[in-house]
Amino acid sequence: MNETLRDGPQRCCASQLDPQHLKLALGPLLYYWQRDAVFSFYETIAATPVDIVYLGETVCSRRHELRLADWLGIAGRLREAGKEVVLSTQVLIESGADVTVLHKIAANGEFMVEANDMGAAHCLTGKAPFVAGPHLNIYNVPTLEWMAGLGVKRWVMPLEMGRNDLALMQQGRPQGVETEVFAYGRMPLAFSARCFTARHRNLPKDDCQFSCLDHADGLMMRTRESEGFLVLNGTQTQSARVYNLLPELDAMRDMGVDVVRISPQSQHSAEIVNLFHGVLTQKTSVEDTMQAMAGLMPDQACNGYWYGKPGLEQLVTQPEPA
Amino acid sequence: MNPLTESSLAPPLGVAVTPSMELVCPAGSLPALKAAVDHGADCVYLGFRDATNARNFAGLNFDEAAINTGIRYAHDRGRKVLVALNTYPQAASPQVWRNAIDRAAQSGVDAVILADPGLMHYAVTHYPNLRLHLSVQGSATNYEAINFYHQHFGVARAVLPRVLSLTQVEQVLEKTPVEIEVFGFGSLCVMVEGRCALSSYVTGEAPNTNGVCSPPKAVRWQETPQGRESRLNGVLIDRYAAGENAGYPTLCKGRFDVGDEKNYYAIEEPTSLNTLSLLPQLMAMGVRAIKIEGRQRSPAYVAQVTKVWREAIDNCRDNPHRYSAKPVWMSDLDKVAEGQQHTLGAYHRPWK
Repeated sequence: MNETLRDGPQRCCASQLDPQHLKLALGPLLYYWQRDAVFSFYETIAATPVDIVYLGETVCSRRHELRLADWLGIAGRLREAGKEVVLSTQVLIESGADVTVLHKIAANGEFMVEANDMGAAHCLTGKAPFVAGPHLNIYNVPTLEWMAGLGVKRWVMPLEMGRNDLALMQQGRPQGVETEVFAYGRMPLAFSARCFTARHRNLPKDDCQFSCLDHADGLMMRTRESEGFLVLNGTQTQSARVYNLLPELDAMRDMGVDVVRISPQSQHSAEIVNLFHGVLTQKTSVEDTMQAMAGLMPDQACNGYWYGKPGLEQLVTQPEPA
Repeated sequence: MNPLTESSLAPPLGVAVTPSMELVCPAGSLPALKAAVDHGADCVYLGFRDATNARNFAGLNFDEAAINTGIRYAHDRGRKVLVALNTYPQAASPQVWRNAIDRAAQSGVDAVILADPGLMHYAVTHYPNLRLHLSVQGSATNYEAINFYHQHFGVARAVLPRVLSLTQVEQVLEKTPVEIEVFGFGSLCVMVEGRCALSSYVTGEAPNTNGVCSPPKAVRWQETPQGRESRLNGVLIDRYAAGENAGYPTLCKGRFDVGDEKNYYAIEEPTSLNTLSLLPQLMAMGVRAIKIEGRQRSPAYVAQVTKVWREAIDNCRDNPHRYSAKPVWMSDLDKVAEGQQHTLGAYHRPWK
């Protein structure tokens, strides 16, 4: 059907045989940027050592700076640059129009699809191998096994899952299914029908005036003690803190994780990719890299989920952002 | 699925009517179950005393003896009992959830309410006659998602997340053979159920994983010179001036600062969903059941809310064109509503 799909099983086996090979993925762009900014962002990404790029609007159907055809254009460009491209579907599908877009993505015939809703999984079952996104709530081996039977070729661990549960999943995971872990970025913690960015401006969602365009990394929501708590990104709510599992790459490799995901931010995404790549290829140390990263993160780091703790906690001392 | 249940849903022979709308009420305890049945619930839903259900609170839910008594009480009066096993089985202990399916099936409940596909697969494999409902925690907001569960597991009913407008609910109904249940009243989740990890981000425990949101053990109240403060695992959720009513610190219902706008409900006010006024539309479009939220609430709450909704549904069914939500119903419901106020939530487009 296409390169991505044809290469799937072999790549999977290769990565399982070669414990050194942990691939780098760039997750879907969660924010709403001007069209030119998006194109130039992915031009920059094309030149990085990232292996896989997830593309598409996953948050809000009102965001229309890029249409599906534009995303497919970027996908083609990235594929020429040697990247595996995956098209991500919207997480919350509400209207008939949303379903129509979903059908188009599922039937694109060229690129693998990340299903972020069971409706997407329904459209892809039996038609093409697909990625089970982080919001499909695959928390246990029987569910992963059952989903593999539908054609899941890769699953993305839920954000809430810790390393102990991941280890159990890895022991029981079906043959030929890759594991991907969200390893860097502000976490997409919740989705709503309500737009909190429009609400902030006292605008109805249907007339939001595309307020998200003014907040390239979302809108910070602080507690009344001025502590950054959550980030409002339209209908999505993110962690203010940046999940950063860079120091855990060795542990993930030992567990047989195949892919680590970096979530895009408006500044320094290419540098973050390069820094992860440096550690993965053992050119730089974790300590030096964390030091270098401190000034590139939009907020302080957290890693609680990985250790089975509240997600906002940071369990190992790491340098504060500059 | 379950022949008994199916036949009980069918209209009497020779009468071509659409099946009447069911009232599905919460029970966190045996007294609450009895209150629901006594005040007119068609179905009562409940959970076991563990993390297999989304209201996993201390002192709540049913042990073996209580569930058997409860089922007998309901069945003797021609009502149904549904068991919610609607959290996601965790990697270390899927057997706990499977055992819960075994217990539910063997106790003779009328349906189980599930969210996890692996657990549904277990249920249909081992208990092919057990009726399955798709929990709101399954996050199925569109017909493709609902039909997915129908095709693979024969799910008979889906509970819609509280995020769709009336038009969107209708669009779903047109394209699925699955019965649709919607929330009618109770505390309002502003986030898509099953897609919210805010609680675990702050406290380590959340609906998907532990069956709790903003759990009581993480709550701290503190009197300070600035006012009474509520904290969740140390994070300041709200601060109340003297004379202000303090609400439970559900983390999405606190007051926060965003940009220049200080101290406002950035995500959602403490308020209850109340769709009494939409009943004729919901009935006309073929919504099969109305769900009342509140397994964590008292038997008195259950009695009050069930009584009002029973009267409203009967009234609307008998006189759909003359129906309007009576002021006395609204005020009775507001008395037990979170924040003593109500909203139409996402059903009413401007809410979004």
